Amino acid sequence: MKNSREFQNFYFENDVVRQVVIALPRHKVAHFTLNVYDNMAEGEEPEKKRRRIEELNENMVVDGGNGDRSDWQGQWDHVKKFLERAGPFTHPDFEPSTESLQFLMDTCKILVIGAGGLGCELLKDLALSGFRHIHVVDMDTIDISNLNRQFLFRPKDVGRPKAEVAADFVNDRVLGCNVVPHFKKIQDLDESFYRQFHIVVCGLDSVVARRWMNGMLLSLLIYEDGVLDPSSIIPLIDGGTEGFKGNARVILPGMTACIDCTLELYPPQINFPMCTIASMPRLPEHCVEYVRILLWPKEKPFGDGEALDGDDPKHIQWVYQKSLDRAAEFSITGVTYRLTQGVVKRIIPAVASTNAVIAAACATEVFKIATSAYVPLNNYMVFNDVDGLYTYTFEAERKENCSACSQVPQDLQFLPSAKLQEVLDYLTENASLQMKSPAITTTLDGKNKTLYLQTVASIEERTRPNLSKTLKELGLVDGQELAVADVTTPQTVLFKLNFIS
Amino acid sequence: MTDHKTSKEQKYDRQLRLWGDHGQEGLENAHVCLINATATGTEILKNLVLPGIGAFTIVDGHKVSGEDVGNNLSKPKVTCMLNDVVLILQNRAQAATELLQELNSDVSGNFVEESPDKLLDNDPEFFHRFSLVIGVQLPESTCLRLGSVLWDAGVPFLVCRTYGLIGYMRLIVKEHTVIESHPDNALEDLRLDQPFTELKHHIESYDLDSMEKKDHSHTPWIIVVAKYLEKWYSEHNSQLPKNYKEKEAFRQLIREGILTNENGTPEDEENFEEAIKNVNTALNPTKVPSATEDIFNAEQCENITSQSPSFWVMAHGVRDFVRNEGNGKLPVRGTIPDMIADSDKFIKLQNVYRDKAMKDAAVVSKHVEALLQSFGKPPESISEQEIKLFCKNAAFLRVVRCRSLAEEYSMDTFNKDEITSCMDSADSEMVLYLMLRSVNRFYQQHSRYPGVYNYQVEEDINKLKLCVNSLLQEYSLNVNVKDDYIHEFCRYGAAEPHTVAAFLGGSAAQEAIKIITHQFVPFNNTFLYNAMSQTSATFQL
Repeated sequence: MKNSREFQNFYFENDVVRQVVIALPRHKVAHFTLNVYDNMAEGEEPEKKRRRIEELNENMVVDGGNGDRSDWQGQWDHVKKFLERAGPFTHPDFEPSTESLQFLMDTCKILVIGAGGLGCELLKDLALSGFRHIHVVDMDTIDISNLNRQFLFRPKDVGRPKAEVAADFVNDRVLGCNVVPHFKKIQDLDESFYRQFHIVVCGLDSVVARRWMNGMLLSLLIYEDGVLDPSSIIPLIDGGTEGFKGNARVILPGMTACIDCTLELYPPQINFPMCTIASMPRLPEHCVEYVRILLWPKEKPFGDGEALDGDDPKHIQWVYQKSLDRAAEFSITGVTYRLTQGVVKRIIPAVASTNAVIAAACATEVFKIATSAYVPLNNYMVFNDVDGLYTYTFEAERKENCSACSQVPQDLQFLPSAKLQEVLDYLTENASLQMKSPAITTTLDGKNKTLYLQTVASIEERTRPNLSKTLKELGLVDGQELAVADVTTPQTVLFKLNFIS
Repeated sequence: MTDHKTSKEQKYDRQLRLWGDHGQEGLENAHVCLINATATGTEILKNLVLPGIGAFTIVDGHKVSGEDVGNNLSKPKVTCMLNDVVLILQNRAQAATELLQELNSDVSGNFVEESPDKLLDNDPEFFHRFSLVIGVQLPESTCLRLGSVLWDAGVPFLVCRTYGLIGYMRLIVKEHTVIESHPDNALEDLRLDQPFTELKHHIESYDLDSMEKKDHSHTPWIIVVAKYLEKWYSEHNSQLPKNYKEKEAFRQLIREGILTNENGTPEDEENFEEAIKNVNTALNPTKVPSATEDIFNAEQCENITSQSPSFWVMAHGVRDFVRNEGNGKLPVRGTIPDMIADSDKFIKLQNVYRDKAMKDAAVVSKHVEALLQSFGKPPESISEQEIKLFCKNAAFLRVVRCRSLAEEYSMDTFNKDEITSCMDSADSEMVLYLMLRSVNRFYQQHSRYPGVYNYQVEEDINKLKLCVNSLLQEYSLNVNVKDDYIHEFCRYGAAEPHTVAAFLGGSAAQEAIKIITHQFVPFNNTFLYNAMSQTSATFQL
């Protein structure tokens, strides 16, 4: 696999701008025969003849028996202009050639994460830009509320896996394109799977999944004597949208700011305080949360063990009615069915247009990196079209001690008398860590010991008493190494515990 | 029927949360005309068909070509038609219509197999019927002709163009009014500097000094600030804390009000913390924002006639309110942010604002009614609900007026200052505008775009340079266009790469939705996107 990695020459164009540039060494690109028109162009063909042939090319609508090349004549003319012509703004290593298009079509392997609003757009954008080897991973099935933007799906597809329907659609419509679907969680695929791709594009709505993917690509990096082997880098293009706002960014894992370097850009999810929900609601949202969190488990309206399903209209209807009752009790107005569903499912508004914009920007970056036709975005672009059309492009900076990509050991500073609960709170609440359900293990007396783990109920129960013990009581010493596992990363993060006095 | 309604609600759920049922209704009543179903054109329509625009009509005289297949949404099906000569020779308008229609059965799609120029020759009124006309990849001459017809007819016109890695949009609308601009970070309208009578009474009903601890720490911060403001006034000659130093002193005053326990340490009173945190915005003087003031002073607001759109009638009504009952202030918005408080205290306070907002809107209603009656129009021609919405948004009203294409092109009225000042930096997106204008000039002279075929690129660079120079000369623009851009535009060869078309497709669709729903604020008036650097800029030309 490693031999087929085409990305190698990284260098900084100048010290001031620090533009990171990726180049494809030509000799590694797959072999293919030169296009007939280029043979002529390279020969001594008279101008007139060339022109006549090109006009013929333009006018010929139907494929004129060009053997196994099943494209229409002219189908890729829009793309070719950028690949077969020299220009003043190209990547410094760019060499115009017909090989680039061939590389896109025959060799370059792209992974699209998510087949939702962004994913559908990305698949179409990539397929129509000449990419043919595309994999797509999505664990979701199609819901009717997807149809206002996820345009590869039709009403008849509701309930089917997004990845499969999207792949079928693109394969069916874009001749020669081979989209391979994976109806799976990203966590169910391993390193050997991810390693096969040249570029990964994310169209996700979850920060946790983004961080996991970021962590996976970081885990594929190879360092020799502390020096990063550039051929082990798989560029990550990440898109995100919310309503009329979005962002697109290019990440070269190990070289430029990664998702975790800029974690402060994603504000932690705000939850209403429990006392507000339980005893002093003021907003309709508080009433819905009361029903969702407190009333549902108590009343078990659909039987014991039946979890609240935001997609089940009967469930939402029940929550809605009970929320109305709760609101009436406190003279709160504004509880509606739509609001109820929005709170229960934590719905983020979404439209076709923003997804189209952000996916297009991401796909342009994939194209730039795959072909070196242009210097890629360095490295973050935000978009907002609430008031006019606004974009802002900037270079997000690497965090020197990023817990995901810095290779710097992470320090934890605590008093020996601090309780394990405080460590846990720090891991979840610190703005640059924002872990979800960290599991903490360490080595004591040469043995692995789980200090706390909450994802398995029996272990949680057994380790819960540790939370109220002090670090000293747990037998931890200054300089102790703590290994922390979390859903936000496929790798265990190592922390060094430093006692402060 | 109800089933259809609920399924629609489900399908459009994610967008109804942005523009509401009334925005959706506007969208479903709109009829958009798209000229040229190229990659950019079909992408725009796709993003309008998905959210459920009422109807579209494609005007296109072209046949489907191989290039369309490589970059067009309609590529998919068209590719399947690879060996179907009959369908391939189909008009591009029809092919695109069928493919787009498939995306959403609620939408009615039509097509006209005619070039826009022919329609302008034979039936210019054809274009009058649309809510919006979107012209894509139009030659300059067609664009200007159509622009003039639509300007006179008062039909909004959105011009879109993908040229290589450059996206261009131009909006031409004489006057576009927005009630719901949905600002991102709007200041609250709390009137703490000038409390209305009902709010004063409500504040008086609190006595922080005699309160139980539980009530004290569950008093909304608005009340806390109001109470300490009274104290401040008595010591500061009834003047608001103005500068940083005074505000800091005021915060300290509030901090001293936090209850202490028997040891003298302050209790944990989150409502007081909130009060301290909100001092800065809470003390913002209540005033009419300048954008709203401009609307009041506009000629359309001054001279209401029976033909005046309801926006202006309502604006006049609100202006009357401000100048009379409102004592220089807008109607109260009637909303407050969530804050630490028990339910009862919060709801009571919320109702004080809400009731006042209703009262103010009712007064505005009377003004509007009187105005309507003076033209012999029934008072119900503007609904109570519309007036309430207008009052609630009175601080966020926006009017967008774009210059016409004729003004942009005329030697006397073109925006020389904007162009020259932007061109002080040679890589400003303005250079892309000048290049597009030069490319149009090239087309005029050579009946083709530069660099379409590989062998043309080198020789066209000089020809295009001549066009750049003649453009600059004609408009007496003393600016420098770098040769690199001339070369780059020849390299583009008028290509319409899919990802740039898709970027523009999303942006243009959103602008169309703004125009149709009268929500959010459209750009004014020229947008340029540079996919090479992922940057963009908006100019008034």
